[in-house]
Amino acid sequence: MDESLLRALTPPVTAILVRRGADFAGAEDAVQDALVEAVRTWDESPPRDPKAWLVTVAWRRFLDAVRSESARRGREEAVDDEPEPGPVSGRDDTLQLYFLCAHPSLTPASAVVLTLRAVGGLTTRQVARAYLVPEATMAQRISRAKRTVAGVRLDAPGDVATVLRVLYLVFNEGYSGDVDLAAEAIRLARQLRVELDHPEVSGLLALMLLHHARRASRTAPDGSLVPLAQQDRSRWDTDAIAEGVALLQAALAQDRLGEFQAQAAIAALHADARSAEETDWVQVVEWYDELAALTDNPLVLLNRAVALGEADGPRAGLAALAALDESLPRYTAVEAHLRERDGDLATAARLYAVAAERADSLAERDHLTRQAARLNSAGR
Amino acid sequence: MAKYLLLKHYRGAPTPVNDAPMDQWTPDEISAHMQYMEDFADRLRDTGEFVDSQALRPEGSWVSYDGEGRPPATDGPFAETKDLIAGFMIIDVDSHERAVALAGELSAAPGQGGRPIHEWLELRPLMSAPTTVTE
Repeated sequence: MDESLLRALTPPVTAILVRRGADFAGAEDAVQDALVEAVRTWDESPPRDPKAWLVTVAWRRFLDAVRSESARRGREEAVDDEPEPGPVSGRDDTLQLYFLCAHPSLTPASAVVLTLRAVGGLTTRQVARAYLVPEATMAQRISRAKRTVAGVRLDAPGDVATVLRVLYLVFNEGYSGDVDLAAEAIRLARQLRVELDHPEVSGLLALMLLHHARRASRTAPDGSLVPLAQQDRSRWDTDAIAEGVALLQAALAQDRLGEFQAQAAIAALHADARSAEETDWVQVVEWYDELAALTDNPLVLLNRAVALGEADGPRAGLAALAALDESLPRYTAVEAHLRERDGDLATAARLYAVAAERADSLAERDHLTRQAARLNSAGR
Repeated sequence: MAKYLLLKHYRGAPTPVNDAPMDQWTPDEISAHMQYMEDFADRLRDTGEFVDSQALRPEGSWVSYDGEGRPPATDGPFAETKDLIAGFMIIDVDSHERAVALAGELSAAPGQGGRPIHEWLELRPLMSAPTTVTE
């Protein structure tokens, strides 16, 4: 059972149903039913043409649903009344699905789950597990999202930035349970890049690959976090890095810099360094400056302070930090790190403990507590 | 089966025997503690008694209805609040004795010096659905 094939076929099959006159919500439900049916039966009897099989089964499901609906409500005409769809290629259809699922009328959380189901081809159960909510809750969230975009025409032009933000959110959720959201985000970005030639799409894909390449080295066997400087760089995935760097270079050559390309450039500089000491921190700071000009996200300046602390010394980092809002997430952790680099171990230990109290994940809290413990027990 | 909530407190529980804040332990002692907690939860998953486990951040606020057309009133966090919950675990076990035994086991997690913390955990039975046969 080739699940990746099934998932890749989800958007084109949904689009075909819509072109035949199905509404998006009905088409999406029908395709979801067909996917479940495929998972159940393909191992026993694999179809010769998987896509045609899915279209046939999904279309039949759609008609069944319409008939049982119309039996109750007499809405048979709804299908016939659909406007004649224009001649569009399958490729454009898939792209339109991305736009629809990331539509600005959706909340980010709704856009994410709708994208994962309608474009990613994940089942409601899988999406629910990935976000650790009950399946019934997730089913409701998805159907509400579909109602929200019910009136949006599938051929309306969309903004690629909204799609990229959704994929970035999926990627950042990382890994919980049986669905690897980071890998799924990469797959969706890859698929999007086939549909759409845009330097920020390549930039986002590069950024994801460059971060994903470091994943194995980011946690110790006991589950604790390993900071970038201490990661075993021999465990980095060099193929993913090479692909990310190549994508980034091609994107930068188009001379339309954007947020994701700038972030990817920073990730590439880290990936390029054989050791933490060999990192080109001056260039990293320059890229943070570029990034700060592109976005008003204050976390960029926080990260810039860290980079500056490496490029020009911890005092420079602390000076840059002093200009920022203390209530920023990780502010205290960054200050602790810079104080430690500056040799003020007592203050650093105290700040690490405070930062641990403010952490918003267990892994981060444990990591920061360990940092405090390391300095406290060394001082004893 | 009966469900129980095991509550861990930041504040408000009686002082444990081995009372030292975690940042005063060694990193290895922290690792040993984490491993103990994880092994404990894994064992309960194996026995089919684990339901859920979550950690809570220390800060929070009080919220209440403040009348028609007005935004909810918020207050706090109150520094003097005596009771502050740090996290919980829900278990589904055969008997109260089993729940007590498990809470005792969790409380023996190693702390500073590798010695058991003897942390006081609050054990609260969850209300259950009414049984079918009542007479």
